[in-house]
Amino acid sequence: MPKPILTIKNLTKTYGENVIFQHLDLTVNEGDTIVIIGPSGTGKSTLLRCVNLLTRPNDGQIWLDDMEITAKGTDEDQVRQHIGMVFQNFLLFNHLTALGNVKLGLTRVKKMSDEAATKKAMHELARVGLADRANHYPGQLSGGQQQRVGIARALAMDPRIMLFDEPTSALDPELIGEVLEVMRQLSLDGMTMLVVTHEMGFAREVADRIVFMEKGYIVEEGSPDEMFNHPKFPRTREFLWKITELYGKKEKDAE
Amino acid sequence: MDFGQFISYIASGTIYTVGVTLIALPSGLLIGTMLALLYVYGGKTAARVMNLYSTIFRGIPPIVLLFILFFAVSKGINLSAFWAGSLSLGMVSSAYQMEIVRGALLSVSGDQLMGARAVGLGRLQAIRYVVLPQAVRLAIPPWSNEAAIVIKDSSLVYALGVPEILRKAQLIGASSQRYLLAYLSAAVIYFLLVFATTKLLNMLEKKLAIPSNP
Repeated sequence: MPKPILTIKNLTKTYGENVIFQHLDLTVNEGDTIVIIGPSGTGKSTLLRCVNLLTRPNDGQIWLDDMEITAKGTDEDQVRQHIGMVFQNFLLFNHLTALGNVKLGLTRVKKMSDEAATKKAMHELARVGLADRANHYPGQLSGGQQQRVGIARALAMDPRIMLFDEPTSALDPELIGEVLEVMRQLSLDGMTMLVVTHEMGFAREVADRIVFMEKGYIVEEGSPDEMFNHPKFPRTREFLWKITELYGKKEKDAE
Repeated sequence: MDFGQFISYIASGTIYTVGVTLIALPSGLLIGTMLALLYVYGGKTAARVMNLYSTIFRGIPPIVLLFILFFAVSKGINLSAFWAGSLSLGMVSSAYQMEIVRGALLSVSGDQLMGARAVGLGRLQAIRYVVLPQAVRLAIPPWSNEAAIVIKDSSLVYALGVPEILRKAQLIGASSQRYLLAYLSAAVIYFLLVFATTKLLNMLEKKLAIPSNP
């Protein structure tokens, strides 16, 4: 029996007259990797920010395990500890080394001793293959390495779920692979993941379910096989065809 | 009176010049930083009040404020000329320093704050451990400019009779009738103070720079 970790019900987000998404329902079960795809401006990133309470939805509910995190009086900082977030632009702390970036949440939020935090942080950096870069500052790392530090920083908090907001969109093509490989391994290790990405190869190979969002609605969701080979809606087929062709062309160009 | 005595008479005012600066600059920094934090993170009303504070204190000539504090206000609280001068310069400087720190906070904030909150840090923690350490670094170059201005503005307290460099130059110039030498000596001492301070801050800026590849 699958156990839901994240349950989104009837979620609506608007900015003034502008409706970002409406009446959205989504469930992420323990150990699942869900990939959200769709054109720009369809509210995918906003959805992730709502889940992490970085933005407040206007209506609807979100549960993390059995706790409604959209309820009034919820301790946001408490909730965010259990939700790892990886940003498109990494958002590493520029004045801290890779190690310092991963340690900050451990010492200041989890109140771990410096020694224990260092040990845990080094473990997470090793997990993303960057133990030898621990004392480098973000400005001394490549984009791919910075993003892997971003992943290690989120993992160090032992989150219930990891959110990825277009984690490879700001990277040079040759740096995308190392980040996707870390994410693939994470998924294999059983981490629960909600990923917004345009990397169709990753979606096809790693996702348990793919969700196609457009204009604030979930058009269709299903397994990679259903979505890529037997999509129910012409719009899904059209989008996947376009994006696969586009990225296939980019790969060819890169060769 | 030989040349050495002449110079050392003027230079003995340095202790007051440095004293005024060492009160005005740090008090301005303390107040300016607190007000900047309120300005940036305190909501709309606080921002409006801070904006008013900044506009008022930047809009009055420092010497007018000096006179108000010394001749009008200090009668009730028995403030010495030295303290009245130092504190009014500190007030003026706090308005400028608030703008410096505010600019630095704003250019770090936003994304860095969001990254910190996403890890689970509270708002104050995020400001304390992520925004401030970076803002301080950004603030050093404009702050060094402000430090130079405060050192030079400290000469205004001569008008209250505080025996600092300019006041001493004026006195000895008048008694010896060697005005050019007196004021040139004062100019050189001020210049050396400003030059040394900006050099030191420049070194601090380099020392604190965050390492990155070119």
